[in-house]
Amino acid sequence: MDQHSVAVDVDRVVKRYGTVTALHGVSMDIRQGEFFTLLGPSGCGKTTLLRCIAGFEDVSEGAIRLKGEDIAPLPPHKRPVNTVFQQYALFPHMTVLENVSFGLRRRGWSDRDASGRSREVLEMVRLSDFAKRRPGQLSGGQQQRVALARALAPGPEVLLLDEPLSALDLKLRQAVRVELKQIQRETGIAFVFVTHDQEEALTMSDRIAVMSEGRVQQIGSPRAIYEAPQNRFVADFIGETNLLDVTVTSVSAGMAELELPGGLPLRCPAAEGAVQGAGHVSVRPERIAIGAPGAGTLPATVADHVYLGTDIQLHAKLDDGAPILVRMQNAGQDSVPEAGSRLGLTIEAGAARLLAD
Amino acid sequence: MAGAAPQGASRSEVYRGNGPRLMLPTWVFIGIFLVLPVGLMAIYSFLTKEFRGGVIWEFTWAAYDQFFLDRGLFGDEPPSIEWTYIGIFWRSIWQAGLATVLCLLIGFPTAWFIATREASARPVWLFLVTIPYWVNLLIRTVSMKFLIRDNGPLNEFLLWTGVISDPLSLINTNFAVQLGLFYSYLPFMVLPIYSAVERYDFALSEAAADLYSDNWTTLRLVILPVVKPGIVAGCILVFVPSLGAFLAPDLLGGAKTFMIGSLIEEQFKGAAGNWPFGAAAAMILLSIVMAVLLLHARAQSKEAS
Repeated sequence: MDQHSVAVDVDRVVKRYGTVTALHGVSMDIRQGEFFTLLGPSGCGKTTLLRCIAGFEDVSEGAIRLKGEDIAPLPPHKRPVNTVFQQYALFPHMTVLENVSFGLRRRGWSDRDASGRSREVLEMVRLSDFAKRRPGQLSGGQQQRVALARALAPGPEVLLLDEPLSALDLKLRQAVRVELKQIQRETGIAFVFVTHDQEEALTMSDRIAVMSEGRVQQIGSPRAIYEAPQNRFVADFIGETNLLDVTVTSVSAGMAELELPGGLPLRCPAAEGAVQGAGHVSVRPERIAIGAPGAGTLPATVADHVYLGTDIQLHAKLDDGAPILVRMQNAGQDSVPEAGSRLGLTIEAGAARLLAD
Repeated sequence: MAGAAPQGASRSEVYRGNGPRLMLPTWVFIGIFLVLPVGLMAIYSFLTKEFRGGVIWEFTWAAYDQFFLDRGLFGDEPPSIEWTYIGIFWRSIWQAGLATVLCLLIGFPTAWFIATREASARPVWLFLVTIPYWVNLLIRTVSMKFLIRDNGPLNEFLLWTGVISDPLSLINTNFAVQLGLFYSYLPFMVLPIYSAVERYDFALSEAAADLYSDNWTTLRLVILPVVKPGIVAGCILVFVPSLGAFLAPDLLGGAKTFMIGSLIEEQFKGAAGNWPFGAAAAMILLSIVMAVLLLHARAQSKEAS
């Protein structure tokens, strides 16, 4: 990738609050025009990193480069990035139009030009009819769109979004996801989107950085993050998974030879950094096939099942007592394996992945 | 069942329906102790003065005539405008306005400081602000007089440090009156602004900074407009009592700093008083204050719609 297609270069950023370290040398490249998501549980440092890029927090060490220029020493009002705040932070004493024009006016645009440009942006978020209203007179979804329009109007190099959908109810949130993604494509502006909601991250992002305890755990496309998790945290945080204790006999060229619990041999892809000896394999519940016990299958005993509509979830136990979760598609089967019945589970080579830890 | 909602009324209507009844004691109190005396004062202002204080129940415009018109020493010259009392009023408005501005300049940063402390520390700071109020206003004003008099501690200190070689004569000046008013009413500025700033969402300041505002621009375009109701409330709470104040002007000021409050007070004191004239001056003061408050109320309701 060439230098020019990087929008933001986060280079070994450390953030300390007194004795607490919120970011432990975080690095990532955010490319121009991509929808980039910072995903992780609360307290993982994703919002801190976003606030460092916006300039609301000083970085303790490291650089944040925008088009090659280090913006870390600049105050927020000198950075060509704009933010959509979690609770929107709309100016309550201004009309929608005044809110959206605010950034342009501060950058020296005339009242007329700023209003014209703001009206265009309001049109894009379908709020033209609300230009004269005050934020207090709008619904949550409308306020969210005003916040988006206000941040987009000055044409930032990068748009930062701090869990902007978390204040909306579920139905609205799903509609706004599609809309937001569409606006991102239309404008071609790089979006840096912070969320703790993995479904949101998977459906909207071009790439995701999974964070935990102030460190980047993995960066990749939604598919890569889900199908090829790097470590136990990523495998467990994204979707549902089974983490099985295994013994690795050899790792070479990204493939591992290992023994599943009970000694069943398996050859599967290995994450970078995986080594010989005791390790962990991630197997998604929907990638396990069930059948009768027999040679070449992993024996298990059904403990319970949960009916989920499109799926049926089987809670089973391996012979060593480790729990294992299997998801069967609801294809109109007459019978579901009863509690106590014996099963033979088949894990295809491509369904399992040896993790780095 | 007792307390059950009447047919057709929702619970919330029942609860809200108690409002008017809850106001009853207040209405009675305001009626007896506010409307009645002010009404009486309004009537007195149109009566004839009794020389030993008090009034004779004979209707006349004399008090207002005396306030606004100069008819010469014996009252037989063609009337011209009497500037003495208008001048006192004008000076009072000016003094009260200046005190308000001073209170705002000191009070706003103070309120901001308190509102931005840890939530647990704020009550302590607020308590400190109200401490002077544990002492009677008269005693506080007299202490102020003691502090700033020619051989008082302030002058002694300044002489001792060598900043000045002769005592400053601070007492009986506008400065002294300002100091008294400022000290008396500062908390009335701090408290409403504090409560507005405490509710201020600091994400708004971040949003402004994010949209290319430096700190001063953010203060001017976002913070001040958003906390304006608190500022206006504080200004009214300082301006109105300052306008009618008589302790600070009496004790700290002199003849040149005579204010409305003292003028009115004198009319009701002793045999030299003139009750109808004092009542008329009070009614004129009341009209000015009401005009200010009405203007503010109109501006607010305009803003709300």
